[in-house]
Amino acid sequence: MNKINKLFTQELKVINMGLESFQKDLKSQDVDAMQMNWRPTAGGNPKMMDLLSRLKTKK
Amino acid sequence: MIKVDVRKNTYYDSVTLMLISKEIKNIEGVTEVLVGMGTELNIELTENLGLKDSVLNDVSPNDFFIAAEVTSADVMVTVVEQVDHLLTQKKVESGSDYRPVSIDMAVDQMPGANMAIVSIPGQYVEEEVNKLLDKDIHVMLFSDNVSVESELRLKQKAVEKGLLMMGPDCGTAIINGVPLAFSNKVKKGPIGIVGASGTGTQEVSSLIGTFGSGVSQVIGTGGRDLKSEIGGLMMIQGMKALMADSDTEVIVLISKPPAPEVAKKILDMTKETKKPVVVDFIGGDREMIKAAGAYPCTTLEDAALKAVALANHETPVDSDGFTMDEHEIDQLVQQAVSKLKPDQVNLRGLYTGGTLADEAMKMLGNTFGGIYSNIPLEPEYEIKDLENLRGHVCLDLGEDQFTVGRPHPMIDPSTRSDRFITDIDGTVAVCLIDVVIGYGSHEDPAGVVASSIKEVQQKLNSEGKSVIVVASITGTEGDPQGLETSQEKLEEQGIIVLPSNAQAVRFVQKVMSQVHKA
Repeated sequence: MNKINKLFTQELKVINMGLESFQKDLKSQDVDAMQMNWRPTAGGNPKMMDLLSRLKTKK
Repeated sequence: MIKVDVRKNTYYDSVTLMLISKEIKNIEGVTEVLVGMGTELNIELTENLGLKDSVLNDVSPNDFFIAAEVTSADVMVTVVEQVDHLLTQKKVESGSDYRPVSIDMAVDQMPGANMAIVSIPGQYVEEEVNKLLDKDIHVMLFSDNVSVESELRLKQKAVEKGLLMMGPDCGTAIINGVPLAFSNKVKKGPIGIVGASGTGTQEVSSLIGTFGSGVSQVIGTGGRDLKSEIGGLMMIQGMKALMADSDTEVIVLISKPPAPEVAKKILDMTKETKKPVVVDFIGGDREMIKAAGAYPCTTLEDAALKAVALANHETPVDSDGFTMDEHEIDQLVQQAVSKLKPDQVNLRGLYTGGTLADEAMKMLGNTFGGIYSNIPLEPEYEIKDLENLRGHVCLDLGEDQFTVGRPHPMIDPSTRSDRFITDIDGTVAVCLIDVVIGYGSHEDPAGVVASSIKEVQQKLNSEGKSVIVVASITGTEGDPQGLETSQEKLEEQGIIVLPSNAQAVRFVQKVMSQVHKA
């Protein structure tokens, strides 16, 4: 069975990254949903982000 | 005086902050205010609002700031206290659950996570969604401002891995009976939907529920999926899944007219399944759909009706009328038109759902003169001056020009309330609106519409006039706001509520043909 059809047979377990109301709506329906405390990489500093991504590609 | 308060390394989501800005603006002594993260867009916005301050030159997108024009330093103290109060209130409301900061930590905490809803700023999307797909997690990507190139790379990866990557700019999906983001509570049933248009998909899925059937799965693709650049990757992925799904007996596809080669690819695929496929390429070529052996539609409501007929093993027919007896409809129209003054001749369509606005304009066509819009059918009807409307106008208030620094009007209906006051003047005969309820939407959009229409009617009454307001509600009885309760609130204010956008448009067509005959 492919992964999408497998998903159709499972209980949803949701990671919510961003707007909290989406997670609250899911919780209110008793759906397993976790809110992430998402922050921009490197505090959103473009120079730092660039450095970090260069480090990652070197790995 | 301009006062600014900056908190380094403190992150809140944009919708929360926009709603807080709105509340702070009501404090006495505050002329203008922006509460936001230090993004380029917000800094530019402070300049446009006359809140520029040198302190803001050093903020980063990870810093939180309050910039306000206040009458005294004391008022600023109140502003800061009130912002803190609102933020703390929010924290309490959202509980003290553990919140992981990275995807690795989230997956450790929630083994078996199978879906992620992503609504972070567009420039960070590709990196994060890549990580999710690497972990075999299906993604619903609500964020916009994601480049076509990023979308293509992410979708190619999802297809390779056999995953869903719904979006970007995907607001609607119902998976295993669970409405995600902006979706409605529709009971389980035999109809599977793949939709490239959010409110269009909400309208079809809700009406399927109203007509007594239900949905197996509702898969969103994002609005660009059927353009040449993306080639329908996610619609095809969704169709394959619905074809293989034993709970799905009828498949519905919804999109604005696709690129011709993508339409061909999609329609060729419909031949590979014995399941009936209903296709609404809103206003697109119906013959091509028929030739492929699929069922073309006249409206979103027609798509829902045909799907339900097929699910009930009946022969689908084109629908072009009303649920109510047409004689009664004509009486209602006569009654409403008789109250208009001779100089009330114009139409105002004020929509929160883009696809519904588009459907309205396509149905009305040129029957009583061209309709000006911010999403016009012909370039010559593009509105130049949004502050000074003339003639017939239909607006999609969810478009960028109305949402700078403000949440989408489905979240914050005050954007539309403001437009009601400015846009419905003594020349307007009829105002056509949508009210979208469901998860994600404002807690009481119908109540907000009702109270602002009351204000508009009072203003017009003082000129000896009143306006006809025609609405449809996209949603179901199972939604938190409730379909019936919402309808009652509108009807109490004399708003005429039809069961679908298509019927509301047909009602308006009848009104306008009377007005222009007279």
